[in-house]
Amino acid sequence: MTFINYASREINCKIVYYGPGLCGKTTNLQYIFDSTAPQARGKLISLATETDRTLFFDFMPLELGTVRGFKTRFHLYTVPGQVFYDASRKLILKGVDGVVFVADSQEERMDANIESLYNLEENLQSQGYDLMKIPYVLQLNKRDLGNIIPVEDLAAELQRKGEPVVEAVASTGQGVFDTLKAVAKQVLTELRKG
Amino acid sequence: MDASAKVVFLVDKDGQEIASQGEVGNLDTTSLASLAAGNVAATGGMAQLIGEKEFPTLSHEGEKESIHISVVGRLLLVVVFDERSSLGLVKLRAKQVSQQLAAMFDEIAAGDYDDLDSPFAGITDEDIDSLFS
Repeated sequence: MTFINYASREINCKIVYYGPGLCGKTTNLQYIFDSTAPQARGKLISLATETDRTLFFDFMPLELGTVRGFKTRFHLYTVPGQVFYDASRKLILKGVDGVVFVADSQEERMDANIESLYNLEENLQSQGYDLMKIPYVLQLNKRDLGNIIPVEDLAAELQRKGEPVVEAVASTGQGVFDTLKAVAKQVLTELRKG
Repeated sequence: MDASAKVVFLVDKDGQEIASQGEVGNLDTTSLASLAAGNVAATGGMAQLIGEKEFPTLSHEGEKESIHISVVGRLLLVVVFDERSSLGLVKLRAKQVSQQLAAMFDEIAAGDYDDLDSPFAGITDEDIDSLFS
């Protein structure tokens, strides 16, 4: 739920990066963090295991600028991708304004993509949201690897409602800001509808 | 109502900071709000697994600094305190003030805010694009 603070003239939106384990959700946030001016972003908080797998969530506030006198801030979250952290994933979707699904383009991860996407639909529903209505972007990550599925095939399998599809290599930053922009625009357009 | 606390925050359950008061200094209040909400969400999930609705208060005691969190409806009252106060005093004051806050929030929720238009109602595509230029 977008949070509008009339007193401090701020507007805060929550965007969640979802997807199967090791698909690159944290890498997306890390790239945004590394390439944004320190005054425009807060700390990147990572609640991770000792082996650097996301345990609960990553969090980073990002300030985009001012619209109509209101400071516009996005709170970016990732979920833990590993299947057994489902209870945590549900909690992180609370109050979400927009979702990025980060798909792993590698052939052997296709089943994991599909499972995670079903899981997203289910968990959104349990929080009272509908994937078909919420601002949403599909990112096809790891396009630099050798064993990847063609974009058309991935889109045919994973695209749900004509949402923007962005090809990405999160480790080098390719497509990372295009993805963020695509989802942020949808969130702001939703706000206009009221 | 004085609990000799260092900083007090109001945070919503989704992790958005609403207000803060006290020695904020260089404290990263945005991250603290997000983590406090995550903390309450996680312990709330545990509560439900053992048949409780939620845990209405949480306390974390450190060597010098401590945190006490109370759930007040949709909001969290987060109190940061040090050795100038004590958990007992903070708990007592937080409980007292929570009741007052709950009554205030009910009053606010019952208010009529139809005239409070979204600042984004008149936003244009150019406005949105300008954020990314």
